[in-house]
Amino acid sequence: MVGEETSDEERAELRETLGLMDPIHVQFTRFIINASQGEFGISYQLRRPVSELIVERLPATIELVVISALIALVSGTLLGVYTGINRKGFLSDIILAVSLLGVSLPTFVIGILFIYLFAVILGVLPSFGRGEVVDLGFWTTGFLTISGLKAIILPSVTLSLFQMTYIIRLVRAEMMEILQTDYIKFARARGIDEKSIKYKHALKNGLIPVITIAGINIGTLIAFSIITETVFQWPGMGFLFIQAVQFVDIPIMSAYLVFIAFVFVMINFIVDILYYFIDPRIRVKGDVASG
Amino acid sequence: MTFLKINNLSVDYQMRKETVYAAKNVNIEVNKGEILGLVGESGSGKSTVGNAIINLIDEPGKVSSGSVVLGDLNIHENSENIFKYRGNKIGLIFQDPQTSLNPILTIGEQLIETIQTHLKLSKKEAKNKSINLLKEVGIKDAEKRFDNYPHQFSGGMRQRVVISLALCCEPELLIADEPTTALDVSIQSQILELIKRLTKERNLAVILITHDMGVIAETTDRVAVMKSGNLVEIGITKEILNNPQNNYTKSLVSSVPPTNKKISRFVIIDNKNKDNKPNNIKILNRWQKREITSQNLVYVENLSKSFDDNFFTENSKNFVMAVDNISFEIKEGETFGLVGESGSGKSTIAKMIVNLFKPSSGDIFFDKVCITKIQQKSELMKFRKQIQMIFQDPYSSLNGRLKVKDIIAEPIKLHNPSISNSELNSYIFDLLESVELIQKSADRYPHEFSGGQRQRISIARALATQPRLLVCDEPTSALDVSIQAQILNLLKDLQEQLNLTILFISHDLPVVRQMCDRIGVLKDGKLCEVSNTENLFLNPQNEYTKELLRLMPKIESIYN
Repeated sequence: MVGEETSDEERAELRETLGLMDPIHVQFTRFIINASQGEFGISYQLRRPVSELIVERLPATIELVVISALIALVSGTLLGVYTGINRKGFLSDIILAVSLLGVSLPTFVIGILFIYLFAVILGVLPSFGRGEVVDLGFWTTGFLTISGLKAIILPSVTLSLFQMTYIIRLVRAEMMEILQTDYIKFARARGIDEKSIKYKHALKNGLIPVITIAGINIGTLIAFSIITETVFQWPGMGFLFIQAVQFVDIPIMSAYLVFIAFVFVMINFIVDILYYFIDPRIRVKGDVASG
Repeated sequence: MTFLKINNLSVDYQMRKETVYAAKNVNIEVNKGEILGLVGESGSGKSTVGNAIINLIDEPGKVSSGSVVLGDLNIHENSENIFKYRGNKIGLIFQDPQTSLNPILTIGEQLIETIQTHLKLSKKEAKNKSINLLKEVGIKDAEKRFDNYPHQFSGGMRQRVVISLALCCEPELLIADEPTTALDVSIQSQILELIKRLTKERNLAVILITHDMGVIAETTDRVAVMKSGNLVEIGITKEILNNPQNNYTKSLVSSVPPTNKKISRFVIIDNKNKDNKPNNIKILNRWQKREITSQNLVYVENLSKSFDDNFFTENSKNFVMAVDNISFEIKEGETFGLVGESGSGKSTIAKMIVNLFKPSSGDIFFDKVCITKIQQKSELMKFRKQIQMIFQDPYSSLNGRLKVKDIIAEPIKLHNPSISNSELNSYIFDLLESVELIQKSADRYPHEFSGGQRQRISIARALATQPRLLVCDEPTSALDVSIQAQILNLLKDLQEQLNLTILFISHDLPVVRQMCDRIGVLKDGKLCEVSNTENLFLNPQNEYTKELLRLMPKIESIYN
C-alpha cells in the first residue's frame, strides 16, 4: 500500500487508521459487524471499496459460470442418456474414455491446450479477455458483441468439462439402474413404446439426483473459475481473488470467500425448493388412503 | 376351449462358460375362464415362464425354442406380434405394488398412456374408461384418486391400480406373478377375490404364479408344479394336492405347515436325514442347561413406543403409537408367538426386548430384573448375553466382508475375551455342526451360502453366547417352504434339547401354530388376545383373530 519513501511516522499513522494496531479480537469483531452489513472495507492494493470491486467483476464471472453450467448440464445429460441406453455401443465407449480424460486432466492443462489449438494454431478464437463488452448500467455483458461471444467459448468449455463428465457418469448410472426397475418392466409389459419408456418414464426419474448434484456443482464451478479465469485472463472475481492473494489483500479475499459461501447456501436452498416441484413424493405427506 | 398353448418353451441364459436353462421344454395349456396356478420354489423358473410368454426376459436370457400360441396366432413368430399383444391381449401383474408403478407420474397419466397406446380413444374417453376401471377394481372416489401419485395409495390399493393397468385394454390373458406375496393376509384375500371375480366376469384366462400352496388351493382350478426349470406335474389342483405323483410335489406338499393341526416335526422328503430324527446338538455339553420352570422369564408391563418423525410437533397428527400399552409374559422354556399384519408393532416389541429401541413408557423385566432401567453398560452386557436375536433377512443380517468363523467368533470374544484360540475354534465347529453345517463352512464368506444356510449361520451366531431367550423376528419368511420346514425343525430341536425360551414373531399363522405354545395377536400396536395356541385356533375370542383365521389361505380347504 505504501511506497519506498514513506516515512515510519506515516506508516504508523496508516496502520492506526486501518485499525491494524488493535488486538485481534477487536479487529475480528469489527470485521464481523461490518461484513454483516455488506461492508468489507477498502482494498489495500487498489484503494477502492471492496464491494464496488466485487460488483464490477461479478457480471464476468456469472456469465462464465452460467454458460459453463448450461453446457455441462445439457451435454452431460444428453451424453449420459446416450451411454446409459446404448451400453455396449462403440460410441459409448469412446464417450466414456474421453470423459475419463476430462476428469483426470487438470483444468489449467486443458485451458492451455485449448489456447494453443484454437488461438495459436488455428487462430479462430481469442486467447484471453472478455472481448468487447456492452455496459447496461448495472451489468456489463459480453453476450451482445461478436467478439464477446467468441471470447466466452474457450473459457466456458474448459470450465464445464469437469462437471460435464461428472454428470455424464451420474446420468448413465441412473439410467442403467432405472431401466432395471420393476416399473419400467411393468411399463414394457403394458406395451408402452420404448421411446416413451426411456425418455418419459426413465429419464424423468433419473434427473432427480442430477438436480442435487448440479446445484452443488454450480457452486463448485464458481470456485473452479479461479483457475480458468487466470488461464484466460478473464476479468472476473476469481482473477481478482488470485491478484489479491499475491498482494495479501485480505479485505478482497474475505469478501470473496463470504460471497462464495453465500452463493453455495442460496443454490442449495433453491435446489431444495425445486425438489418440491419435481418429486411428488415430497409434495404430499401423510396423505395415504387406507385399504 | 384351449386359449393359450405353450409348446416346448425353453429359456436359456448364455453365460461365458455355459448355458443355463431357466426353463426347459415347458408345455402348458390354459383355457378361458380358468385360473392356472404355476407353483415352485425360488429358481424354479415359474416367473421365467410367465415373462417368456410376452418375451420379457432380461438380458442375457432369451427364449431359445418353443412357441406360444394365443387363440390361433403364434405370438413368438415375430417380435411385432409381441409388442402388439403386450398390455393389449395379455396383461401382466407383478409381485411388489410398491415398485411396479412409476413414482413421478400420476396413476391417471399411466392409465391414459397405456390405453392410448393400444386403443384409439381420445384423452377424455380414455379418462372415462380409466375411472370406470378404477371403480371396477374397488377404488373409492375414483374421480379424485385419478390424479393421485402412487405413493398416496396403500399397498393393497396400489395392487388394485396395478390390476386396473393390466386390464385397461381388455386383455384375454392375465399373468399374475406373485400378486399377493407382498401383501397382508386380509388384503391378499381381497385381491385374490378380485382376480377370481374378474376371471369370471371377463372370461379371462389367468396364470397365477405363486409359491404359496394355500393360495393355490383356494384360488386355482388347475396347477402346474415347476422345479429347476422343468415342469414336473400338471393337473387339476384338487387331484394334485390330494395325491401328488411326483416325488418333488410330494415333498413340497408335505413341507407346507398345516393350518388345521399341530404336528411335531415337518416331514422332509429327499433329505440325507432319512428317518427324520432330531439332529444331534453338539454344543449341549458346553451348555449350562436350565430347568423348565414355568416361571416368568420375561415380563412386559404396560409397554408403549411412539414414533414421531418431527422433533418439534410431538402432539401433531404425525404421532404414531407403534406399540400401545402392552403387557404379556413369557415363561421359561416356552415358545411365545406374536402375530400381526405389517405395522402391528410386532418387530418394534422385539427390538425393545433386545434393547435396540428404548420404550416410550413401560418396563421389561428379564429374570425379575427391570432391564429398561439399567444404566450401567457392564450390567446391560450381562443381559445382552442372555438375549439374542435372529433377523428376518438372512442376506443383510450377516456382514459380507467377514468369514463365517469371524461372524460367530465376534459375540463369543465380546463376552469372553480371554478364550484361547483352539478353544474358540472347537466351539465354532460345534456350533456349526449343531445347526447342521459342515466344519469347512467356517472359512467361507456369507455370499457362498444359500438363504437357508445363511439363516443357520444366524442361528449359530445367536447361540454363541448361550442365551436363555432367543428372539426370532420372521426367521423364515424370506425362505422357500421346504427350507422353512428344515429351519423350523432345527429351531424345535434346539429348543427341546437346550431348553431355550423363544419369542417367535411372524405374520404366518400356520407357521405360528406349528411353533408356539402360546400366542399373542397384535393389531395396530394393541394386543387383542393372548391364548394357548390350540385354544386360539379352535376357539378364538377376539373378532380380529377370528377374521385373520377365516382369511388365512388353507391348503386343507381342498382335501377330501
